[in-house]
Amino acid sequence: MIRIQSEALAIEPVLAALEDDAPAIGAVCSFTGLARDLGDQSGVQSLFLEHYPGMTETAIQAVVDEADRRWTIHRTEIVHRVGEIRAGERIVFVGVSSRHRQDAFEACQFIMDYLKTRAPFWKKEITAAGNSDWVEQKASDREAARRWADSDGL
Amino acid sequence: MAESSIAIRFFASLRERLGISEEQLPADGITCVRDIREQLQKRGEEWAELLDDDCVLMAVNQAMAREETPVNPGDEVAFFPPVTGG
Repeated sequence: MIRIQSEALAIEPVLAALEDDAPAIGAVCSFTGLARDLGDQSGVQSLFLEHYPGMTETAIQAVVDEADRRWTIHRTEIVHRVGEIRAGERIVFVGVSSRHRQDAFEACQFIMDYLKTRAPFWKKEITAAGNSDWVEQKASDREAARRWADSDGL
Repeated sequence: MAESSIAIRFFASLRERLGISEEQLPADGITCVRDIREQLQKRGEEWAELLDDDCVLMAVNQAMAREETPVNPGDEVAFFPPVTGG
């Protein structure tokens, strides 16, 4: 399931949903992204996340579909927050269940890497001093996504 | 109205710097994304400069698009900066 929400991100219900399919599955792998106090600026107090409603869900679904083609995965749970997020709070959760751990590990990392370069979210940092700036896309994020493309000749 | 126009949307830094989030553009003479970009760039220096950026991404009906992607009346076309979610 893919959820875009402004409220706080609770992990327990999504982890429980992933484990619901036991004993048909043998592995659950998840990633949780947190809002850091150090980004392009230091002393970040909060983030503001804007997105493109509709396209966001479609773009993430396309990434999940691609993961489904590459690995044997059972279920995915993806939650992304939008709006104001304070430093220390969770921004994103990606969870994958599978019969085997290797598929769960790799699919989880793939989905997160592709989400960062393909899903239409934009992040603004707001510092304690009152500075407010849009975050630049990182070359390291583009490289992380490209790595998967190279390995499959896509 | 919807049949003869194209919905244009802007997001994030582009939305803020252009001072507009969405508008309707007459569909006359528009066949692809490039036509819209060129038409918008005629509005002034700020528009010309911001939309000239190679980093500007484009979407047609909420799917990533290129300059040559066809656009039809009733379509939704969006311009935005590189994405920074997660």
